[in-house]
Amino acid sequence: MSALLTLDGISAGYGSFAALFEVSLQVESGEAVGVVGPNGAGKTTLMRVISGLLRPSAGSFALEGMPLEHLPAYRIVEAGIAHVPENRRLFGRLTVEENLRMGAFLPAARKHFAERLAWVYELFPRLQERRQQMAGTMSGGEQQMCAIGRALMSKPKILLMDEPSAGLAPLVVEQVFELVKRIRREGFTVLIVEQNVGQVLEVVDRAYLLETGRIKLAGPSAELKNNDFIRASYLGI
Amino acid sequence: MDIYLLEAIVNGLLLGGVLALLSLGLNLIFGVIDVVWIVYAEIVMSSMYAVYWLHNYYGWPLFLAFAAAIAVGSIIGVLVHVLVIQPILGSAPINQLLATGGLLFFLQSLATLLFGTEYRNLGVRLPVLNIDGLYISFARLIAFGVALAGAIILYLFLARTYLGTAIRAISQDREIMGLMGVNEKRIYIITSAIGGGLAGLAACLLVLQYDVHPFIGLTFGPITFMICVLGGLGDMIGGFIAAFIISQIIAIGGFYFSSELAEVMAFVFFIVMILIRPQGILGKK
Repeated sequence: MSALLTLDGISAGYGSFAALFEVSLQVESGEAVGVVGPNGAGKTTLMRVISGLLRPSAGSFALEGMPLEHLPAYRIVEAGIAHVPENRRLFGRLTVEENLRMGAFLPAARKHFAERLAWVYELFPRLQERRQQMAGTMSGGEQQMCAIGRALMSKPKILLMDEPSAGLAPLVVEQVFELVKRIRREGFTVLIVEQNVGQVLEVVDRAYLLETGRIKLAGPSAELKNNDFIRASYLGI
Repeated sequence: MDIYLLEAIVNGLLLGGVLALLSLGLNLIFGVIDVVWIVYAEIVMSSMYAVYWLHNYYGWPLFLAFAAAIAVGSIIGVLVHVLVIQPILGSAPINQLLATGGLLFFLQSLATLLFGTEYRNLGVRLPVLNIDGLYISFARLIAFGVALAGAIILYLFLARTYLGTAIRAISQDREIMGLMGVNEKRIYIITSAIGGGLAGLAACLLVLQYDVHPFIGLTFGPITFMICVLGGLGDMIGGFIAAFIISQIIAIGGFYFSSELAEVMAFVFFIVMILIRPQGILGKK
Protein backbone atom coordinates (compact mmCIF):
# COMPACT_ATOMS: atom_id res chain seq x y z
CA MET A 1 0.00 0.00 0.00
CA SER A 2 1.37 3.36 -0.95
CA ALA A 3 1.33 6.20 1.53
CA LEU A 4 -1.19 9.05 1.37
CA LEU A 5 1.46 11.74 1.84
CA THR A 6 5.07 11.14 0.86
CA LEU A 7 7.98 13.52 1.40
CA ASP A 8 11.17 12.61 -0.36
CA GLY A 9 14.41 14.42 0.44
CA ILE A 10 12.86 17.80 1.17
CA SER A 11 15.30 20.64 1.80
CA ALA A 12 14.14 24.16 2.39
CA GLY A 13 15.18 27.44 3.91
CA TYR A 14 14.91 31.19 3.87
CA GLY A 15 17.43 32.89 1.60
CA SER A 16 20.86 31.55 2.45
CA PHE A 17 19.61 30.08 5.71
CA ALA A 18 18.78 26.37 5.38
CA ALA A 19 16.17 25.06 7.80
CA LEU A 20 15.45 21.54 6.49
CA PHE A 21 17.92 18.98 5.16
CA GLU A 22 16.65 16.07 3.05
CA VAL A 23 13.63 15.28 5.16
CA SER A 24 11.70 12.19 4.09
CA LEU A 25 8.55 10.93 5.72
CA GLN A 26 5.33 9.11 4.94
CA VAL A 27 1.82 9.30 6.29
CA GLU A 28 -0.57 6.45 5.62
CA SER A 29 -4.27 7.05 5.16
CA GLY A 30 -6.10 7.05 8.50
CA GLU A 31 -2.94 7.51 10.51
CA ALA A 32 -2.03 10.22 12.97
CA VAL A 33 1.63 11.08 12.71
CA GLY A 34 3.60 13.48 14.84
CA VAL A 35 6.70 15.48 14.06
CA VAL A 36 8.27 16.47 17.34
CA GLY A 37 11.33 18.45 18.17
CA PRO A 38 12.62 21.55 19.90
CA ASN A 39 12.01 25.13 18.94
CA GLY A 40 13.86 26.02 15.77
CA ALA A 41 14.16 22.43 14.56
CA GLY A 42 12.35 23.30 11.34
CA LYS A 43 8.90 21.95 12.21
CA THR A 44 6.98 24.99 11.06
CA THR A 45 9.14 25.22 7.94
CA LEU A 46 8.16 21.63 7.17
CA MET A 47 4.47 22.48 7.49
CA ARG A 48 4.91 25.54 5.32
CA VAL A 49 6.54 23.46 2.61
CA ILE A 50 3.77 20.86 2.61
CA SER A 51 1.03 23.48 2.36
CA GLY A 52 2.79 25.39 -0.39
CA LEU A 53 3.61 28.55 1.55
CA LEU A 54 7.31 27.88 1.04
CA ARG A 55 8.87 26.32 -2.02
CA PRO A 56 11.38 23.55 -1.19
CA SER A 57 14.91 24.06 -2.51
CA ALA A 58 15.26 20.35 -3.21
CA GLY A 59 13.23 17.17 -2.96
CA SER A 60 9.67 16.31 -3.82
CA PHE A 61 6.42 15.52 -2.09
CA ALA A 62 3.18 14.01 -3.24
CA LEU A 63 -0.35 13.33 -2.13
CA GLU A 64 -1.68 10.00 -3.42
CA GLY A 65 1.13 10.02 -5.94
CA MET A 66 0.32 13.48 -7.27
CA PRO A 67 3.43 15.69 -7.13
CA LEU A 68 2.80 18.94 -5.29
CA GLU A 69 6.14 20.67 -4.88
CA HIS A 70 5.53 23.12 -7.73
CA LEU A 71 1.96 24.02 -6.86
CA PRO A 72 0.95 27.28 -5.14
CA ALA A 73 -0.77 27.04 -1.75
CA TYR A 74 -4.29 27.46 -3.12
CA ARG A 75 -3.83 24.48 -5.44
CA ILE A 76 -2.49 22.31 -2.65
CA VAL A 77 -5.64 22.88 -0.60
CA GLU A 78 -7.59 21.82 -3.65
CA ALA A 79 -5.57 18.60 -3.77
CA GLY A 80 -6.75 17.81 -0.25
CA ILE A 81 -4.28 19.17 2.28
CA ALA A 82 -5.65 21.55 4.91
CA HIS A 83 -3.35 23.40 7.27
CA VAL A 84 -4.17 24.66 10.75
CA PRO A 85 -1.39 27.23 11.02
CA GLU A 86 0.73 28.06 14.01
CA ASN A 87 -0.97 30.61 16.27
CA ARG A 88 -4.28 29.78 14.57
CA ARG A 89 -4.19 32.82 12.24
CA LEU A 90 -7.94 33.36 12.26
CA PHE A 91 -9.45 36.35 10.52
CA GLY A 92 -9.95 38.27 13.76
CA ARG A 93 -12.38 40.83 12.35
CA LEU A 94 -14.61 38.26 10.69
CA THR A 95 -17.21 36.31 12.63
CA VAL A 96 -16.72 32.66 13.51
CA GLU A 97 -19.13 31.64 10.79
CA GLU A 98 -17.37 33.84 8.22
CA ASN A 99 -14.08 32.20 9.15
CA LEU A 100 -15.68 28.84 8.54
CA ARG A 101 -17.04 30.11 5.26
CA MET A 102 -13.51 31.04 4.21
CA GLY A 103 -12.51 27.45 4.95
CA ALA A 104 -15.10 26.37 2.40
CA PHE A 105 -13.95 28.82 -0.27
CA LEU A 106 -13.10 26.13 -2.82
CA PRO A 107 -15.92 25.52 -5.29
CA ALA A 108 -16.01 21.83 -4.37
CA ALA A 109 -16.46 22.74 -0.70
CA ARG A 110 -19.04 25.49 -1.29
CA LYS A 111 -21.53 22.99 -2.59
CA HIS A 112 -21.49 21.21 0.76
CA PHE A 113 -21.24 24.31 2.91
CA ALA A 114 -24.49 23.90 4.84
CA GLU A 115 -23.98 20.24 5.69
CA ARG A 116 -20.34 20.70 6.66
CA LEU A 117 -21.14 23.73 8.75
CA ALA A 118 -23.72 21.65 10.64
CA TRP A 119 -21.12 18.91 11.05
CA VAL A 120 -18.43 21.28 12.37
CA TYR A 121 -20.98 22.77 14.79
CA GLU A 122 -21.86 19.28 15.95
CA LEU A 123 -18.17 18.57 16.47
CA PHE A 124 -17.61 21.87 18.28
CA PRO A 125 -20.93 23.06 19.77
CA ARG A 126 -19.11 26.01 21.30
CA LEU A 127 -18.53 27.42 17.82
CA GLN A 128 -22.25 27.39 17.14
CA GLU A 129 -22.86 29.40 20.31
CA ARG A 130 -20.28 31.93 19.13
CA ARG A 131 -21.12 31.89 15.46
CA GLN A 132 -21.81 35.65 15.20
CA GLN A 133 -18.91 36.66 17.41
CA MET A 134 -15.73 38.20 15.98
CA ALA A 135 -13.19 35.41 15.96
CA GLY A 136 -10.50 37.66 17.45
CA THR A 137 -12.50 38.18 20.63
CA MET A 138 -12.68 34.49 21.61
CA SER A 139 -10.43 32.65 24.05
CA GLY A 140 -7.36 30.82 22.79
CA GLY A 141 -8.98 27.40 23.06
CA GLU A 142 -12.09 28.54 21.20
CA GLN A 143 -9.93 30.11 18.52
CA GLN A 144 -8.11 26.80 18.11
CA MET A 145 -11.49 25.07 17.66
CA CYS A 146 -12.40 27.64 15.03
CA ALA A 147 -9.07 27.21 13.24
CA ILE A 148 -9.51 23.43 13.18
CA GLY A 149 -13.12 23.80 12.09
CA ARG A 150 -12.07 26.17 9.31
CA ALA A 151 -9.55 23.62 8.02
CA LEU A 152 -12.10 20.80 8.21
CA MET A 153 -14.60 22.74 6.07
CA SER A 154 -12.69 21.71 2.95
CA LYS A 155 -12.98 18.06 4.04
CA PRO A 156 -9.26 17.45 3.52
CA LYS A 157 -7.64 14.10 2.92
CA ILE A 158 -5.02 15.10 5.44
CA LEU A 159 -5.05 17.72 8.15
CA LEU A 160 -1.79 19.46 9.05
CA MET A 161 -1.65 20.92 12.54
CA ASP A 162 1.17 23.25 13.45
CA GLU A 163 1.76 23.55 17.21
CA PRO A 164 -1.91 23.40 18.18
CA SER A 165 -0.97 23.78 21.85
CA ALA A 166 1.25 26.86 21.39
CA GLY A 167 0.39 29.78 23.61
CA LEU A 168 -2.44 28.03 25.42
CA ALA A 169 -2.87 27.44 29.16
CA PRO A 170 -2.11 23.85 30.32
CA LEU A 171 -5.77 23.03 30.90
CA VAL A 172 -6.66 24.29 27.42
CA VAL A 173 -3.76 22.33 25.92
CA GLU A 174 -5.38 19.16 27.25
CA GLN A 175 -8.67 20.18 25.64
CA VAL A 176 -6.90 20.77 22.35
CA PHE A 177 -5.42 17.27 22.41
CA GLU A 178 -8.92 15.96 23.15
CA LEU A 179 -10.01 17.76 19.97
CA VAL A 180 -7.26 16.01 18.05
CA LYS A 181 -8.49 12.65 19.31
CA ARG A 182 -12.03 13.53 18.30
CA ILE A 183 -10.89 14.43 14.79
CA ARG A 184 -9.06 11.12 14.57
CA ARG A 185 -12.24 9.29 15.53
CA GLU A 186 -13.94 11.06 12.63
CA GLY A 187 -11.50 9.19 10.42
CA PHE A 188 -9.19 12.04 9.45
CA THR A 189 -5.54 11.54 8.67
CA VAL A 190 -3.53 13.96 10.76
CA LEU A 191 0.04 15.21 10.60
CA ILE A 192 0.78 17.16 13.74
CA VAL A 193 3.85 19.15 14.63
CA GLU A 194 4.50 19.75 18.31
CA GLN A 195 7.04 20.83 20.85
CA ASN A 196 4.91 19.24 23.51
CA VAL A 197 6.43 15.80 22.98
CA GLY A 198 4.86 13.93 25.90
CA GLN A 199 1.30 14.91 25.08
CA VAL A 200 1.51 14.48 21.34
CA LEU A 201 2.89 10.97 21.68
CA GLU A 202 -0.34 10.11 23.50
CA VAL A 203 -2.49 10.97 20.48
CA VAL A 204 -0.43 9.89 17.46
CA ASP A 205 0.38 6.41 16.10
CA ARG A 206 3.87 7.22 14.97
CA ALA A 207 6.24 10.11 15.24
CA TYR A 208 9.40 11.56 13.76
CA LEU A 209 11.94 13.45 15.81
CA LEU A 210 13.20 16.50 13.95
CA GLU A 211 16.34 18.21 15.23
CA THR A 212 18.19 21.05 13.47
CA GLY A 213 16.40 20.30 10.24
CA ARG A 214 17.07 16.58 10.11
CA ILE A 215 15.02 13.52 11.04
CA LYS A 216 16.87 11.98 13.99
CA LEU A 217 14.51 9.22 15.01
CA ALA A 218 11.29 7.66 13.81
CA GLY A 219 8.99 5.02 15.14
CA PRO A 220 5.69 4.10 16.72
CA SER A 221 4.68 6.32 19.65
CA ALA A 222 4.94 3.52 22.20
CA GLU A 223 8.50 2.84 21.11
CA LEU A 224 9.52 6.50 21.18
CA LYS A 225 8.04 6.97 24.63
CA ASN A 226 10.48 4.33 25.86
CA ASN A 227 13.43 5.55 23.84
CA ASP A 228 16.23 6.59 26.16
CA PHE A 229 17.19 9.66 24.13
CA ILE A 230 13.61 10.94 23.95
CA ARG A 231 13.04 10.21 27.62
CA ALA A 232 16.15 12.08 28.65
CA SER A 233 15.88 15.03 26.25
CA TYR A 234 12.14 15.63 25.89
CA LEU A 235 10.21 13.87 28.58
CA GLY A 236 12.54 14.78 31.40
CA ILE A 237 12.48 11.31 32.88
CA MET B 1 -36.14 77.01 8.38
CA ASP B 2 -35.09 79.13 5.44
CA ILE B 3 -36.08 77.31 2.26
CA TYR B 4 -32.79 78.26 0.58
CA LEU B 5 -30.83 76.78 3.45
CA LEU B 6 -32.94 73.62 3.18
CA GLU B 7 -32.21 73.55 -0.53
CA ALA B 8 -28.49 73.85 0.21
CA ILE B 9 -28.66 71.01 2.72
CA VAL B 10 -30.58 68.77 0.30
CA ASN B 11 -28.12 69.54 -2.48
CA GLY B 12 -25.25 68.80 -0.11
CA LEU B 13 -26.83 65.47 0.71
CA LEU B 14 -27.16 64.67 -2.99
CA LEU B 15 -23.54 65.67 -3.66
CA GLY B 16 -22.51 63.51 -0.71
CA GLY B 17 -23.93 60.41 -2.40
CA VAL B 18 -21.61 60.71 -5.40
CA LEU B 19 -18.60 61.57 -3.23
CA ALA B 20 -19.41 58.54 -1.07
CA LEU B 21 -19.44 56.34 -4.16
CA LEU B 22 -16.07 57.72 -5.25
CA SER B 23 -14.57 57.15 -1.81
CA LEU B 24 -15.92 53.57 -1.69
CA GLY B 25 -13.93 52.53 -4.73
CA LEU B 26 -10.72 54.10 -3.50
CA ASN B 27 -11.15 52.64 -0.01
CA LEU B 28 -11.89 49.21 -1.42
CA ILE B 29 -8.64 49.23 -3.39
CA PHE B 30 -6.66 50.52 -0.44
CA GLY B 31 -8.28 48.11 2.02
CA VAL B 32 -7.61 45.06 -0.11
CA ILE B 33 -4.44 45.76 -2.08
CA ASP B 34 -2.91 48.31 0.29
CA VAL B 35 -2.24 50.69 -2.56
CA VAL B 36 -3.56 54.22 -3.10
CA TRP B 37 -4.70 54.78 -6.64
CA ILE B 38 -3.76 58.46 -7.06
CA VAL B 39 -5.03 58.02 -10.61
CA TYR B 40 -8.58 57.20 -9.43
CA ALA B 41 -10.26 60.42 -10.56
CA GLU B 42 -8.58 60.07 -13.97
CA ILE B 43 -10.26 56.69 -14.39
CA VAL B 44 -13.50 58.59 -13.76
CA MET B 45 -12.45 61.10 -16.42
CA SER B 46 -11.73 58.30 -18.93
CA SER B 47 -15.14 56.76 -18.33
CA MET B 48 -16.81 60.15 -18.71
CA TYR B 49 -15.16 60.46 -22.12
CA ALA B 50 -16.39 56.96 -22.94
CA VAL B 51 -19.98 58.01 -22.27
CA TYR B 52 -19.53 61.22 -24.21
CA TRP B 53 -18.03 59.65 -27.34
CA LEU B 54 -20.25 56.59 -27.42
CA HIS B 55 -23.43 58.61 -26.92
CA ASN B 56 -22.70 61.82 -28.79
CA TYR B 57 -20.45 60.58 -31.57
CA TYR B 58 -21.43 56.98 -32.16
CA GLY B 59 -25.05 57.50 -31.20
CA TRP B 60 -25.26 54.75 -28.63
CA PRO B 61 -28.31 54.89 -26.39
CA LEU B 62 -27.39 56.52 -23.09
CA PHE B 63 -27.83 53.40 -20.98
CA LEU B 64 -25.68 51.33 -23.28
CA ALA B 65 -23.02 54.04 -23.16
CA PHE B 66 -23.26 53.98 -19.35
CA ALA B 67 -22.79 50.21 -19.27
CA ALA B 68 -19.79 50.54 -21.58
CA ALA B 69 -18.33 53.30 -19.41
CA ILE B 70 -18.53 51.05 -16.34
CA ALA B 71 -16.80 48.34 -18.35
CA VAL B 72 -14.13 50.85 -19.44
CA GLY B 73 -13.56 51.77 -15.79
CA SER B 74 -13.21 48.10 -14.87
CA ILE B 75 -10.80 47.38 -17.67
CA ILE B 76 -8.63 50.40 -16.81
CA GLY B 77 -8.72 49.26 -13.19
CA VAL B 78 -7.47 45.80 -14.12
CA LEU B 79 -4.80 47.29 -16.40
CA VAL B 80 -3.62 49.64 -13.67
CA HIS B 81 -3.23 46.67 -11.37
CA VAL B 82 -1.65 44.23 -13.78
CA LEU B 83 0.66 46.66 -15.57
CA VAL B 84 1.58 49.11 -12.83
CA ILE B 85 0.82 47.78 -9.35
CA GLN B 86 1.51 44.06 -9.60
CA PRO B 87 5.18 44.40 -10.61
CA ILE B 88 5.88 46.74 -7.66
CA LEU B 89 3.49 45.23 -5.11
CA GLY B 90 6.34 44.38 -2.76
CA SER B 91 8.16 47.70 -3.00
CA ALA B 92 7.88 50.75 -0.76
CA PRO B 93 4.46 52.50 -0.67
CA ILE B 94 6.03 55.73 -1.94
CA ASN B 95 6.98 53.95 -5.19
CA GLN B 96 3.42 52.76 -5.70
CA LEU B 97 2.18 56.25 -4.96
CA LEU B 98 4.58 57.75 -7.49
CA ALA B 99 3.72 55.14 -10.10
CA THR B 100 -0.03 55.72 -9.92
CA GLY B 101 0.67 59.46 -9.67
CA GLY B 102 2.67 59.23 -12.88
CA LEU B 103 -0.22 57.42 -14.46
CA LEU B 104 -2.43 60.39 -13.53
CA PHE B 105 -0.32 62.72 -15.67
CA PHE B 106 -0.17 60.11 -18.41
CA LEU B 107 -3.96 59.82 -18.62
CA GLN B 108 -4.43 63.60 -18.45
CA SER B 109 -1.92 64.15 -21.23
CA LEU B 110 -3.30 61.30 -23.30
CA ALA B 111 -6.80 62.78 -23.03
CA THR B 112 -5.43 66.21 -24.00
CA LEU B 113 -3.63 64.70 -26.98
CA LEU B 114 -6.63 62.71 -28.17
CA PHE B 115 -9.51 65.03 -27.36
CA GLY B 116 -7.99 68.47 -26.83
CA THR B 117 -8.74 70.70 -23.87
CA GLU B 118 -12.29 71.56 -24.93
CA TYR B 119 -15.10 71.23 -22.43
CA ARG B 120 -17.51 68.69 -23.82
CA ASN B 121 -21.10 68.51 -22.71
CA LEU B 122 -23.19 65.39 -23.01
CA GLY B 123 -26.15 67.57 -23.94
CA VAL B 124 -28.60 65.57 -21.91
CA ARG B 125 -30.88 68.06 -20.17
CA LEU B 126 -32.61 66.70 -17.12
CA PRO B 127 -35.34 68.75 -15.47
CA VAL B 128 -35.03 70.66 -12.24
CA LEU B 129 -37.70 69.56 -9.82
CA ASN B 130 -39.72 72.11 -7.94
CA ILE B 131 -41.01 70.67 -4.69
CA ASP B 132 -42.89 73.38 -2.84
CA GLY B 133 -40.42 76.02 -3.92
CA LEU B 134 -37.46 73.72 -3.24
CA TYR B 135 -35.40 73.39 -6.41
CA ILE B 136 -33.62 70.07 -6.81
CA SER B 137 -31.69 68.97 -9.86
CA PHE B 138 -33.05 65.69 -11.18
CA ALA B 139 -29.55 64.68 -12.31
CA ARG B 140 -28.32 65.03 -8.75
CA LEU B 141 -31.28 63.09 -7.42
CA ILE B 142 -30.55 60.23 -9.82
CA ALA B 143 -26.88 60.39 -8.94
CA PHE B 144 -27.70 60.16 -5.26
CA GLY B 145 -30.08 57.23 -5.74
CA VAL B 146 -27.71 55.28 -7.96
CA ALA B 147 -24.73 55.97 -5.69
CA LEU B 148 -26.68 54.72 -2.69
CA ALA B 149 -27.87 51.65 -4.59
CA GLY B 150 -24.29 50.98 -5.69
CA ALA B 151 -23.10 51.22 -2.10
CA ILE B 152 -25.80 48.83 -0.91
CA ILE B 153 -25.03 46.30 -3.65
CA LEU B 154 -21.33 46.51 -2.80
CA TYR B 155 -22.15 46.01 0.87
CA LEU B 156 -24.29 42.94 0.16
CA PHE B 157 -21.60 41.53 -2.11
CA LEU B 158 -18.93 41.98 0.57
CA ALA B 159 -21.13 40.66 3.37
CA ARG B 160 -22.87 37.75 1.71
CA THR B 161 -20.69 36.12 -0.91
CA TYR B 162 -17.59 33.92 -0.68
CA LEU B 163 -15.66 36.32 -2.87
CA GLY B 164 -16.78 39.31 -0.80
CA THR B 165 -15.78 37.59 2.43
CA ALA B 166 -12.38 36.79 0.92
CA ILE B 167 -11.99 40.45 -0.08
CA ARG B 168 -12.65 41.49 3.51
CA ALA B 169 -10.40 38.75 4.89
CA ILE B 170 -7.38 39.33 2.69
CA SER B 171 -6.25 42.56 4.38
CA GLN B 172 -6.38 40.82 7.77
CA ASP B 173 -3.94 38.04 6.85
CA ARG B 174 -2.57 37.90 3.33
CA GLU B 175 -0.39 34.83 3.64
CA ILE B 176 -3.07 32.61 5.05
CA MET B 177 -5.44 33.21 2.13
CA GLY B 178 -3.64 30.57 0.09
CA LEU B 179 -4.44 28.00 2.78
CA MET B 180 -8.12 28.76 2.22
CA GLY B 181 -7.75 27.86 -1.43
CA VAL B 182 -7.85 31.54 -2.41
CA ASN B 183 -5.68 32.74 -5.27
CA GLU B 184 -4.50 36.09 -3.94
CA LYS B 185 -3.63 37.48 -7.38
CA ARG B 186 -7.12 36.74 -8.62
CA ILE B 187 -8.67 38.57 -5.66
CA TYR B 188 -6.54 41.63 -6.44
CA ILE B 189 -7.61 41.61 -10.06
CA ILE B 190 -11.28 41.23 -9.17
CA THR B 191 -10.99 44.01 -6.60
CA SER B 192 -9.31 46.26 -9.16
CA ALA B 193 -12.11 45.53 -11.60
CA ILE B 194 -14.73 46.43 -8.99
CA GLY B 195 -12.84 49.58 -7.94
CA GLY B 196 -12.50 50.66 -11.58
CA GLY B 197 -16.14 49.79 -12.19
CA LEU B 198 -17.19 52.03 -9.29
CA ALA B 199 -15.16 54.85 -10.86
CA GLY B 200 -17.02 54.13 -14.12
CA LEU B 201 -20.36 54.25 -12.34
CA ALA B 202 -19.42 57.55 -10.70
CA ALA B 203 -18.45 58.85 -14.16
CA CYS B 204 -21.94 58.08 -15.50
CA LEU B 205 -23.47 60.12 -12.70
CA LEU B 206 -21.01 63.00 -12.99
CA VAL B 207 -21.21 63.30 -16.77
CA LEU B 208 -24.87 64.26 -16.35
CA GLN B 209 -23.82 67.28 -14.26
CA TYR B 210 -20.38 68.31 -15.47
CA ASP B 211 -18.63 68.91 -18.78
CA VAL B 212 -15.83 66.51 -19.62
CA HIS B 213 -12.30 67.79 -20.11
CA PRO B 214 -8.87 66.25 -19.50
CA PHE B 215 -8.51 67.91 -16.07
CA ILE B 216 -11.96 67.15 -14.68
CA GLY B 217 -10.29 64.64 -12.36
CA LEU B 218 -8.80 67.51 -10.40
CA THR B 219 -12.32 68.59 -9.47
CA PHE B 220 -13.05 65.31 -7.67
CA GLY B 221 -9.69 63.69 -7.00
CA PRO B 222 -8.38 65.83 -4.14
CA ILE B 223 -11.74 65.92 -2.38
CA THR B 224 -12.12 62.16 -2.70
CA PHE B 225 -8.69 61.58 -1.12
CA MET B 226 -9.55 64.02 1.60
CA ILE B 227 -12.75 62.12 2.34
CA CYS B 228 -10.96 58.78 2.38
CA VAL B 229 -8.29 60.02 4.78
CA LEU B 230 -10.90 61.72 6.95
CA GLY B 231 -12.85 58.48 7.19
CA GLY B 232 -9.69 56.47 7.75
CA LEU B 233 -8.02 55.02 4.65
CA GLY B 234 -9.50 51.63 3.88
CA ASP B 235 -12.47 52.17 6.20
CA MET B 236 -15.43 52.08 3.83
CA ILE B 237 -18.05 53.05 6.39
CA GLY B 238 -15.88 55.87 7.75
CA GLY B 239 -15.37 57.17 4.21
CA PHE B 240 -19.08 56.96 3.54
CA ILE B 241 -19.86 59.12 6.57
CA ALA B 242 -17.00 61.52 5.84
CA ALA B 243 -18.39 62.08 2.33
CA PHE B 244 -21.62 63.46 3.78
CA ILE B 245 -19.83 65.58 6.39
CA ILE B 246 -17.63 67.21 3.75
CA SER B 247 -20.50 67.71 1.31
CA GLN B 248 -22.58 69.41 4.01
CA ILE B 249 -19.71 71.73 4.90
CA ILE B 250 -19.41 72.66 1.24
CA ALA B 251 -23.17 73.07 0.80
CA ILE B 252 -23.91 75.03 3.97
CA GLY B 253 -20.68 77.02 3.76
CA GLY B 254 -21.55 77.84 0.18
CA PHE B 255 -24.96 79.06 1.29
CA TYR B 256 -23.70 81.40 4.02
CA PHE B 257 -20.48 82.52 2.37
CA SER B 258 -19.31 81.50 -1.09
CA SER B 259 -18.52 78.19 -2.71
CA GLU B 260 -14.80 79.04 -2.77
CA LEU B 261 -14.77 79.84 0.91
CA ALA B 262 -16.82 76.68 1.56
CA GLU B 263 -14.08 74.55 0.04
CA VAL B 264 -11.51 76.38 2.13
CA MET B 265 -13.64 75.56 5.17
CA ALA B 266 -13.82 71.91 4.17
CA PHE B 267 -10.05 71.72 3.91
CA VAL B 268 -9.55 73.54 7.20
CA PHE B 269 -11.96 71.09 8.82
CA PHE B 270 -9.97 68.27 7.27
CA ILE B 271 -6.64 69.59 8.59
CA VAL B 272 -8.07 70.05 12.08
CA MET B 273 -9.59 66.56 12.06
CA ILE B 274 -6.32 65.02 10.90
CA LEU B 275 -4.63 66.60 13.89
CA ILE B 276 -7.33 65.43 16.31
CA ARG B 277 -8.19 62.04 14.80
CA PRO B 278 -5.40 60.95 12.45
CA GLN B 279 -6.80 57.39 12.50
CA GLY B 280 -10.03 58.53 10.83
CA ILE B 281 -13.40 59.53 12.28
CA LEU B 282 -14.35 55.97 13.22
CA GLY B 283 -10.82 54.68 13.84
CA LYS B 284 -10.16 53.15 17.24
CA LYS B 285 -6.43 53.31 17.90
